[in-house]
Amino acid sequence: MALVDREPSRYLPDYDVQAPKQLHFSPYADNGGSVVAIAGDDFSIIAADTRLSAGFSIYTRKQEKLFTLSSNTVLGCSGCWCDTLTLTRVMAARMQMYEHEHHKTMATPAAAQMLSTMLYYKRFFPYYVSNILAGLDSEGKGVIYRYDPVGHCEKNYYVAGGSSGALLQPLLDNQVGYLNQENVEKVPITKEKALAIIKDVFTSAAERDIYTGDGIFIKIITKDGIATDFFELRRD
Amino acid sequence: MIDTNFYSILTYNGGAIIAMKGKNCVAIAADRRFGIQAQTISSNFQKIHRMGPHLYLGLPGLATDSLTVLERLKFRLNLYELKENRNMNPKTFASMISNLLYEKRFGPYFVEPIVAGLDPETFEPFICNMDLIGCLNLPNDFVVGGTCSEQLYGMCEALFEPNLEADDLFETISQALVNACDRDAISGWGAIVHIIEKDNITTRTVKTRMD
Repeated sequence: MALVDREPSRYLPDYDVQAPKQLHFSPYADNGGSVVAIAGDDFSIIAADTRLSAGFSIYTRKQEKLFTLSSNTVLGCSGCWCDTLTLTRVMAARMQMYEHEHHKTMATPAAAQMLSTMLYYKRFFPYYVSNILAGLDSEGKGVIYRYDPVGHCEKNYYVAGGSSGALLQPLLDNQVGYLNQENVEKVPITKEKALAIIKDVFTSAAERDIYTGDGIFIKIITKDGIATDFFELRRD
Repeated sequence: MIDTNFYSILTYNGGAIIAMKGKNCVAIAADRRFGIQAQTISSNFQKIHRMGPHLYLGLPGLATDSLTVLERLKFRLNLYELKENRNMNPKTFASMISNLLYEKRFGPYFVEPIVAGLDPETFEPFICNMDLIGCLNLPNDFVVGGTCSEQLYGMCEALFEPNLEADDLFETISQALVNACDRDAISGWGAIVHIIEKDNITTRTVKTRMD
């Protein structure tokens, strides 16, 4: 999509006059993408698809949308890709400044608060990004934070966001949160089960959402560090 | 991310309907809310209508148009049954709805009907849905409609499996509907499920959260 374009229905070249022309400027694009994150007692998993698209065209099939901010914090972004780039760069810079000032890496809850503040700072010209932050808290427990584009922050233990958010959130409610299930033992989710559910839900989303597909990058955060995994999705 | 459909007339009353094929059976389910935008008016509104011994019709969309479409369909169905002296095939019924809707191509009824039933002769399962101007869609797994169709697609795509028995089909369709409705502000407030088998039709109301 062009950033600057003329109102198409009003363009009549034969009647062009030397008058001020009204131009539209649309600073935002929706490049799609989905992020899913699940947190457990001693881990946190975050996954994002690798398709970057605009309208009916695909820019690339292998764009990673997960950003490792520290040894136990990962940010997943979807929405306007140019805003994602800016936001994550500022975020990384602020993380580094904190490290130099305090001689320690920023904890996940602190990074979560900082992201909220950074988003609200742009309240009247927001970053058009849906963010999901995954990591470990001070006790080593998995935590997930989700955001709206202007910095509302909510702590959760399972989240789906981005273009397939509406498709996947009720599924996670049911399969991870055990909502609307009777006579089941609500056991805390294991790492293996979380990983299997993430692969399943992305396969479902790729079936119906044209902005989600090609593959998913998965980051598994534990006290020992961050492990990376990749999983193929349908490419049509 | 920006849902331009949000202010559409199709979302004025809210509601969700879903139909699934099983082994020698079909299921159709709907929520029971009737509202005006965010305000709930009633929580025992019928969106699914029995049109024959093995024929059910769901009408999600603008409630006033649902009622008009229902009455006009009943009229055409009655004429057919008087003329032919037999029950209508679900496939024929779907074509009839499609035809009725396309007659209003440039000033449509704001409903997206869903048909579920068994063939009166072979008892073969049938489901279909269409858009508001009658474009038919005939898949062999499930159809969804209403304000939380995205949520329903996500649920169905993961939970559905082919050739389910009636009991398992009931469980699958109920879980799909209830969990989808819980993530939509203008659907829910109770649910109703019909399971249609050759010589047994089961209707159950499902308890859901009421908020």
